[in-house]
Amino acid sequence: MKTVKSKFKFKGGVHPDYNKELARDGAIERLPLPKELAVSMSQHLGAPARCLVKAGDFVRRGQVIGEKAGFISVCVRSPADGKVKAVEKRVGAAGAMADAVLIDTTASLPEDAPPPPVLAPMDWSSATREELLGRIEEAGICGMGGAGFPTAVKLNPPPGKRCEYLVLNGAECEPYLTADYRVMLERAPRIRLGVEIMRKVLGLPAVRIAIEANKPEAIAAMEAAFADIEGNVEIVVLPVLYPQGSEKHQIYATVGRVVPEPPALPIDVGCVVENVGTVAAIADAVELGEPLLERVTTVSGDAVATPKNVLAPSGTRYADLLEFCGGATERPAKVISGGTMMGFAVSSLDIGTTKTTSGLLFLSRRRVFQYSSQACINCGRCLRACPMNLNPAEISKAMEVDDVKTAEDAHVMDCIECGACSFGCPAYRAITQFCRKAKNSIRARIAAERAAAAAAKASDGAAKKEAK
Amino acid sequence: MKPKTAENHYVLSSSPHAHARSSVSRIMLDVIVALLPTTLAGVWFFGMPAVWTILVCVATCVTTEALCRMAMGRESTVGDLSAALTGLLLALNLPAGIPLWMAMVGSVFAIAVAKQVFGGLGMNPFNPALAARAFMLISFTGPMTTWLAPVSRCCRAQAACGVDAVTTATPLAFVKAGQLDQVPPLWNLLIGDMPGCIGEVSAIALALGAAYLLWRKVITWHIPAAFIATVAIYALVSGRAPAHVEVLTGGVMLGACFMATDYVTSPITAKGKLVFGFGCGLLCMLIRQFGGYPEGCSFAILIMNAICPLVNRWTQPRPFGAK
Amino acid sequence: MIIAIVCIAGIGLVAAVSLALADKYLAVKEDPRIGMVTAVLPGANCGGCGFAGCDAYARALVEGTAPNGACAAGGEACAAAVAKILGVEATATERRVALVKCCGTRSESIRLGDYNGICDCATAAATAGGDKGCRFGCLGYGACANVCPKNAISVSDGLAKVDKRLCIGCGKCVKACPKHLIELVPASATIHVLCNNPVRGPEVRKVCGVGCMGCHLCEKNSGGKEAGHFTFDGFLAKVNYDNPPTDPSIVAKCPAKCMAEDPHFETGH
Repeated sequence: MKTVKSKFKFKGGVHPDYNKELARDGAIERLPLPKELAVSMSQHLGAPARCLVKAGDFVRRGQVIGEKAGFISVCVRSPADGKVKAVEKRVGAAGAMADAVLIDTTASLPEDAPPPPVLAPMDWSSATREELLGRIEEAGICGMGGAGFPTAVKLNPPPGKRCEYLVLNGAECEPYLTADYRVMLERAPRIRLGVEIMRKVLGLPAVRIAIEANKPEAIAAMEAAFADIEGNVEIVVLPVLYPQGSEKHQIYATVGRVVPEPPALPIDVGCVVENVGTVAAIADAVELGEPLLERVTTVSGDAVATPKNVLAPSGTRYADLLEFCGGATERPAKVISGGTMMGFAVSSLDIGTTKTTSGLLFLSRRRVFQYSSQACINCGRCLRACPMNLNPAEISKAMEVDDVKTAEDAHVMDCIECGACSFGCPAYRAITQFCRKAKNSIRARIAAERAAAAAAKASDGAAKKEAK
Repeated sequence: MKPKTAENHYVLSSSPHAHARSSVSRIMLDVIVALLPTTLAGVWFFGMPAVWTILVCVATCVTTEALCRMAMGRESTVGDLSAALTGLLLALNLPAGIPLWMAMVGSVFAIAVAKQVFGGLGMNPFNPALAARAFMLISFTGPMTTWLAPVSRCCRAQAACGVDAVTTATPLAFVKAGQLDQVPPLWNLLIGDMPGCIGEVSAIALALGAAYLLWRKVITWHIPAAFIATVAIYALVSGRAPAHVEVLTGGVMLGACFMATDYVTSPITAKGKLVFGFGCGLLCMLIRQFGGYPEGCSFAILIMNAICPLVNRWTQPRPFGAK
Repeated sequence: MIIAIVCIAGIGLVAAVSLALADKYLAVKEDPRIGMVTAVLPGANCGGCGFAGCDAYARALVEGTAPNGACAAGGEACAAAVAKILGVEATATERRVALVKCCGTRSESIRLGDYNGICDCATAAATAGGDKGCRFGCLGYGACANVCPKNAISVSDGLAKVDKRLCIGCGKCVKACPKHLIELVPASATIHVLCNNPVRGPEVRKVCGVGCMGCHLCEKNSGGKEAGHFTFDGFLAKVNYDNPPTDPSIVAKCPAKCMAEDPHFETGH
């Protein structure tokens, strides 16, 4: 085990105000169980879970209330005992509608209620790879860094592909957020255990723990936890630069490999990147039999009385988190689920947290800027900031007149929506949003083409059958 | 009726929710600040005529911008300072003794024809100040090529009253005529004690301004370096005049650092900027050597402006991870 | 002088001959009926028939791969003309026009926040679900108006409105609307329910002053369930356009004020 400095620096990136001092020194605090939870069926990337309960049902802590619906999907378990008040379509943080189960946690359970389901603790060193993967899947674990990719899928590379490097993402380059930082400080032994389990599942890859240089305490905590580990393990100290936590850029910064354009995945260059919080969750699921029901969320921003790192069950309404942190000091002008660079502005505090809610920010009017429709002056700041080396100016100018073709030719599908372009734009153009719009219309077109091709194939097949 | 809004309504926008707080007006202000040394040098060497030219150009440009936007029914863009900057740049590209009404006509052309007709800031294909200069060079050839000699210290007070200004030829005219011995010595070229446009004479002041822009990250090194290097190498190879004469006279410094680096009319990619700077330098020297005019800096930049979209097209960046 | 005249005349002659030869030998053989059919189609290239444009539809018609009558813009007259050229039956079509099923103007519906970003419905909807309190209502950023080939849709007071006289029923707006609240309805129908929110009445009332609460009064006033003028989706009344109501008095009796008689607003053309 050794600590090294990152040898590879990617092009571009920006330096936003990190504002991490607001919540950095607050130890993780557990939120008392809220009276009501709004548990979304879409807490992860991929198909939303299929809801298994209805209004009036009693649920127990750990009970599966949403089952995995497809290959890229994870199950949802109830974070608490209670009674289902309603199942309704609600707008989630990302703006999409999904089923949400509203659980009244104050309801008294009937005497004949079944006991809460128990996942037996496992001895990871004697368990097989398949048993461990099964446990990760049934614990409902998905990436907790933000995208929420199902972890069991990620840890099970397709045949012919081998994981050579396990990269642990402790960069936390998003402004304000300190949840991963606190987890690294306070739960270092769990992370160590999680890494050992993941190494077993992935066939003993080398391990790279990526942490930005502005978190010396976290680096020290990881050094202490991994001091006596055997094998090729390195802590890589990354320069402070946004978006250092992006999967592709982290792989480049730690092992110097470049992930090709989509649809290529990190596993195509022999890498698996996992967030430190997810790794701790894996350790809990395997060793303690504790499914992923809660996570650490940073509640911060200049409109919050006392910013905190809160351990809260998924489904906790934003309003409850705000109240736990002493309420708002002034009327927040913007509420953001996530960090300021990639988080989602939300319209209501009734939304429940999910497995991927790393932060909840309440910003005052002074911290909110407005997009304008000024013309691009071609200054090139977006080009220099783009970590994917795209030409965001051209994409935004094309999308202003709905020219998706030009945007596609400018490789807009490579865009990781990190926001570095809009961050530095002196004309305050919504460049990232234009990129997102282009990607959505291209995805919609591809989906329509696929559906049309499938329909044509089906009718072709039917015609052939008839002919026979 | 007033729209109804929810009790707790927040700003809803797509990420990112943070901004570097840079702005177009701040960038324009930076360029104006960077032009202050050369403006002061111009005033020092050419006296009050320079002051009047600068004031008239800036005032006319700002007024024209405001009137154009009003006529088009669009929001005013005077606040972004781009019109003021265009006025200043145009004035710095004019000889000090130009009749003020001509400076006014040129300023109206710069804003109304070269900029607002195309849709305003960000849409113009040619650098407005240089387009206006070319327009004036064709329309008012005589006054545009009549150069005031920089006032010597003893008669500075006299020149301030506008009397007895002496006209003379620029160093490049001497080069064109083959009279290399008439070219002022290096020190005069550096501080700007030579005839020429108001803002093009003092190389030291221009270099100071360019250094400020580089430090503020308003411009990158690519265009000025490629431009000046091309001019210098061409001069060394062709042997027409010493390299320092070619670089320090005829607006190469002003053009390379302030005119060719105009965002809207120069390529956006680093590679494109190098190509653009090289093209400007090469065309500038070709016009100087083979063209009818003794200097070719502004025409070179205008021609390169025209092929800027093409240069952009050729030099698209390759995405991270693309084959 | 004479040389010049002869030269020019000579060049003209050579060019004329080569053009004539090219026209004769390089001509592309094409069914002449394609040109004739294209001529009787409206030429709006709206794409409502499902083909790339009028020319593509004409080709498909002549080849017999497309049904006559798919052109909503041309209507019956066009179908009859095509039938005459091709010698096939015209399928009877009724003129259909787009209807925006929402009447929640800015003053009637609640806004949840101040949207700041690209003026586009789908993009606004992807930002916290849009700024409109009603998750099913018109966002008013004009995605439909942008795709309308006839400029028949205008957005005012945060609500899209279709001009019935200009609408050719191409259906582009139906596809463009991220809230799926535009429907093609028979032009002859005059009574409509202008709401798209299927949730319970009290919930609707929280976000909109003119949302359908599913009270079934329209159904009762138009002759009850047996008359079949309305269908219900959750707590949302829908006009049965196969059997539309005709009595205009039911409009005023709607307690939610979400019904309207011929609400195809004029745009000022």
